[in-house]
Amino acid sequence: MAAAEIARQVGESCRTVPLSGHVGFDSLPDQLVNKSVNHGFCFNILCVGETGLGKSTLMDTLFNTKFEGEPASHSQPGVQLKSSTYDLQESNVNLKLTIVGTVGFGDQINKEDSYKPIVEFIDAQFEAYLQEELKIKRVLHNFHDARIHACLYFIAPTGHSLKSLDLVTMKKLDSKVNIIPIIAKSDAISKSELTKFKIKITSELVSNGVQIYQFPTDDESVAEINGTMNAHLPFAVIGSTEELKIGNKMMKARQYPWGTVQVENEAHCDFVKLREMLIRVNMEDLREQTHTRHYELYRRCKLEEMGFKDTDPDSKPFSLQETYEAKRNEFLGELQKKEEEMRQMFVQRVKEKEAELKEAEKELHEKFDRLKKLHQDEKKKLEDKKKSLDDEVNAFKQRKTAAELLQSQAQQAGGSQTLKREKERKNSGFL
Amino acid sequence: MHGREKTKEGSSLVPGCTSMEEKPGQPAPEETPSNAPPGTVGRELFGYVGIEAVLDQMRIKTMKTGFEFNIMVVGQSGLGKSTMVNTLFKSKVSRKPTGPGYEERIPQTMQLQSVTHVIVEKGVKMKLTVTDTPGFGDQINNENCWDPIVKYIKEQYEKYLREEILISRKRKIPDTRVHSCVYFVPPTGHWLRPLDLEFMRRLSKIVNVVPVIAKADTLTLEERAEFKQRIQEDLKAHGINVYPQEDLDDDSDDRLLNKKIRDKIPFAVVGADTEHQVNGKRVLGRRTKWGIIEVENPAHCEFPLLRDLLIRSHLQDLKDVTHNVHYESYRVQRLNESNQLAPSPAAGLLGKHEMESNL
Repeated sequence: MAAAEIARQVGESCRTVPLSGHVGFDSLPDQLVNKSVNHGFCFNILCVGETGLGKSTLMDTLFNTKFEGEPASHSQPGVQLKSSTYDLQESNVNLKLTIVGTVGFGDQINKEDSYKPIVEFIDAQFEAYLQEELKIKRVLHNFHDARIHACLYFIAPTGHSLKSLDLVTMKKLDSKVNIIPIIAKSDAISKSELTKFKIKITSELVSNGVQIYQFPTDDESVAEINGTMNAHLPFAVIGSTEELKIGNKMMKARQYPWGTVQVENEAHCDFVKLREMLIRVNMEDLREQTHTRHYELYRRCKLEEMGFKDTDPDSKPFSLQETYEAKRNEFLGELQKKEEEMRQMFVQRVKEKEAELKEAEKELHEKFDRLKKLHQDEKKKLEDKKKSLDDEVNAFKQRKTAAELLQSQAQQAGGSQTLKREKERKNSGFL
Repeated sequence: MHGREKTKEGSSLVPGCTSMEEKPGQPAPEETPSNAPPGTVGRELFGYVGIEAVLDQMRIKTMKTGFEFNIMVVGQSGLGKSTMVNTLFKSKVSRKPTGPGYEERIPQTMQLQSVTHVIVEKGVKMKLTVTDTPGFGDQINNENCWDPIVKYIKEQYEKYLREEILISRKRKIPDTRVHSCVYFVPPTGHWLRPLDLEFMRRLSKIVNVVPVIAKADTLTLEERAEFKQRIQEDLKAHGINVYPQEDLDDDSDDRLLNKKIRDKIPFAVVGADTEHQVNGKRVLGRRTKWGIIEVENPAHCEFPLLRDLLIRSHLQDLKDVTHNVHYESYRVQRLNESNQLAPSPAAGLLGKHEMESNL
């Protein structure tokens, strides 16, 4: 009826229009923040490092609380990942924190496959999110996002250089997650050794092409601090949950016979810097990088692997229908082939079974016949025997009656002579 | 930034005391019970960690990227749509036909016109797109006059869906989906007309519809109240769900707030973009022989309520409802459709996945 023409007067020249009064949308960021607060935040940290480097203690120190768990043993057969989720609340912010630790990393004799469980775990989280995103009926805004936002890589404080295990693992992880390398238990290294160690580590990382997470320097309010912090990577940290009285304040520290190391003293270690960077300044950026860079990369690779393309070789965009049609036909073809195969196999098996059963049946029949024949023979023999016995019995009966008859005659006719004679005759007859 | 300026308060704990939740600035620690949902372990913090700094981080980030807002105004010509938009955003975003020599001709066919502007206020950048619908309901036979509008809205969803399905996606998908549709009801004072009912019924399923009574200065306050009452009854009788939708209320706070708004829907508004002197102040208003109607005076008209709803309090909510509810239902419908012809990437991927994992 009423034909519609949609005229769009949007230009590349989106002009900025001046406002002649207070409209009020400057409250937009607040609206957004309030919504997020109601929804809650989630943050997932992965701690990778050898057993005994202080991963759990550092987490306790970072978040100022005691997470449960006992220290792991050194005799694990393979690397496993243990993940636990906690609900933290500070003023009005609800944070769902998930901490994933590697159990048994670096303890095996053959460490070639140590990185694999970690990579698989990270991929599994991406996969879960991708599956949810691709569903037809999806609930993305209520989905518990388990993708790893930051990976703290704990480097052992040898003082020399990175271990090859570290290099290999970091290389495998750098395209999947934001890596923040830290030197653990850094109270074992002196200050001069520490600077040399840091330089060595950064140069090794650069020369091997490992991309660690750089704090963003594009926003003026945080550019300065992030820039200086970038120069301090990797952070040398110490973790401690014990409180000691120093001066007149209670502080987290570690006490040695030769002195006390204060965790929150910037001159002693970089813990404060790590906390600033990780939580107070860049948490949102870490989450964004995970979603826009690492997750998108994973998604792209996964979809391309499955054969979905955006443009065909002539760089004309595939229409969705064509792709799906092609995919569907391929899929159906495969299905049919498999079905055929299975049917063949099934028929084969059935035939074999049938033959077997037939064999068995035949055998049984033969046996039956054999037995029957035996039975008949036996029966015949027995009948013959019975007959002969019967004949004998009859003959005996006849002679008995004849003898009795004669006896009675002899008794009637004569006395004992005939009897004697009969007896003799009988005896002679018997002999 | 206020997050970083806070001093790190060492927790002045007595060892053995475990359930502490210390708010910065409060010297005495309080004991609060943790109401963690079952399944995850709740943890009390022994001292200030700085998690709430994430709010500031988020604020900075959104200020940098800016916001997008798309609003559509629908109604018969002459109801003051363009003036209303200009009054809402206090700038000439909508070019309306004024000036001598311009003949306002009712267009033969209905056209949708979209204009995009960028407005900045206190460092917050907003890309505002206003879609106007001249010619709506102006013909003699208005059957299916909502079709072009429905088509337009669905086209925006389709565009977004295509971008979302791509393999290599843009970092930020440009959002042209209509976030709210303001429907102008002519101030007859009686009931909603069949055209209004039909239109709102169809559109409230795919977009957030905010009905307003246009040119409300022709109704007295009592007439206004009655008209509103009747409109509300009409809407309920026909099952039309206007924004804020009842079934989307999350918690009791929301419900209370939204109930207050729902009682006032539709807002009776007056638009004006000329300023006059009233009691020594310059106010926006319409001057008539019998007085000056102040647009921003809540006693005169309900324009402030509309503005607060649309901009100051519920803008983000409008966008969220569009994204989470309307867009998702369009997506479900679209992907199910293409399923009848060929499987969607969702079904195709999932199916293939299962095949591969089983064999």
